[in-house]
Amino acid sequence: MAKETGMVSWKDLALGCAIVKPGSSAELKTGDWRSKRPETDYEKCIQCGQCYIFCPDMVYTQNELGFYQPNLFYCKGCGICARECPADAISMVEESE
Amino acid sequence: MAKRVGIEVSLAVSEAVKLANVDVVAAYPITPQTHIVEHLSELVADGDLDAEFIPVESEHSAMSTCCGSSAAGARTYTATSSQGQALMLEICYIAPALRLPIVMSVANRSLSGPISIWNDHSDMMMSRDTGWIQTVAENGQEAFDLTLHAFRVAEDPRVLLPVINNLDGFTLTHVIEPIEILDQEEVDRYLPPYQPQMRLDPENPISIGPVGMPEVFTEAKKAQDEAIKNAKSVIIEAWQEFGDLFGRYYKPVETYRTDGAETLLVTMGSLSETAMTAVDQMRANGKDVGLVRIRLFRPFPFEEFLEAVAGAKQIAVMDRALGLNGAGGPLATEVKAALYDVPERPYIWNYVAGLAGRDVTIENFVEMADGVEAAAADGLPAGYTMINVRE
Repeated sequence: MAKETGMVSWKDLALGCAIVKPGSSAELKTGDWRSKRPETDYEKCIQCGQCYIFCPDMVYTQNELGFYQPNLFYCKGCGICARECPADAISMVEESE
Repeated sequence: MAKRVGIEVSLAVSEAVKLANVDVVAAYPITPQTHIVEHLSELVADGDLDAEFIPVESEHSAMSTCCGSSAAGARTYTATSSQGQALMLEICYIAPALRLPIVMSVANRSLSGPISIWNDHSDMMMSRDTGWIQTVAENGQEAFDLTLHAFRVAEDPRVLLPVINNLDGFTLTHVIEPIEILDQEEVDRYLPPYQPQMRLDPENPISIGPVGMPEVFTEAKKAQDEAIKNAKSVIIEAWQEFGDLFGRYYKPVETYRTDGAETLLVTMGSLSETAMTAVDQMRANGKDVGLVRIRLFRPFPFEEFLEAVAGAKQIAVMDRALGLNGAGGPLATEVKAALYDVPERPYIWNYVAGLAGRDVTIENFVEMADGVEAAAADGLPAGYTMINVRE
């Protein structure tokens, strides 16, 4: 859990609060900020990859069928993918639903 | 063998930096610090010091450059004063937070305004809560010795914090004094080569200075707080070893003729020497007065201070800066905080003196000792007086 949240004892911080492991931000769960999550209607999706290009957190990856799927571990729910999708295939759904 | 020479104190500080075999000096000239960095740039230009001298365009850049070079693992030095330190203050908070062992000499000068280039401690007070270790020199020899001590402490793996050595502008920086300059072999015995614990290295990439979100900021500050508190024992140890090697011993709080003294003066910096003469004079006249000098300003040596003033009935604290908080000077505020938990605490009166180079004489110190005794006898609520102010 500490790994995902970054919440650690002051005794465990590296000198000067440095980050001593390259790429360790991949371990931080940023998806818990989200209030809405993107959902793609794959009937409408044209596989253009605009969601992949515009996502500021590089959440989307292409699957073997060519569709783009979000990794909700990182998705902050900003909605840029839904806004940019030219096929209106992505909608933002309340997390409570 | 160490050699005693007549030398301007600023140049002696530069010689100490040279003997510390510094790797990088990034500095911007400002009165009264100028001679220190001017001489260092000469030493580098003449090939007497194998270091990078980076003539930056401002103090903000000087400290930024120092942070970069220290993070890269280089022994790093700079010097400044007053307005220059004000300009670099933003980065002064960064260096200790990143645990970068930079050494800086501050040739103490008043902060404008009114515009002033003269000596007092307002720049020292401006940077008191930046997280730097701060020592205070009283004379040229101490300015030389404490510069070497600063490198030794800063780079100790148990410390890794930047260190400021304060020396009074003009009063120290611009006078020629007989100073014992250690030789290279002696300095090498005291100051080992810098072994960075962590540094920017393309072979082993790390990030220094990342954002600290609310989830980690408090922990980062807790770690920094522990670091500066723990530094005190290393500061004392490094002074002890300096004394064992070279015969000059330093302590966080120095005392002068305090035995049996009912009244104590408290000072910092070069005026302590005038205060010592005043104490001699008062003692000769049968007055039980002693002197307590703060050598280590940050971390504040609370225990040593309490020990030094134990038994005194009244204390006159001299500040060389005005706190403008309505209660006099910052040093007195610190001293009062230190004494809060002491059940039998002495009476305190604060004297703000020597602002912007205004002379403080032996007679002024006698006035302070008499003043605090009279105020204590009259039972006045603790207050402060500005010495030599024209009504």
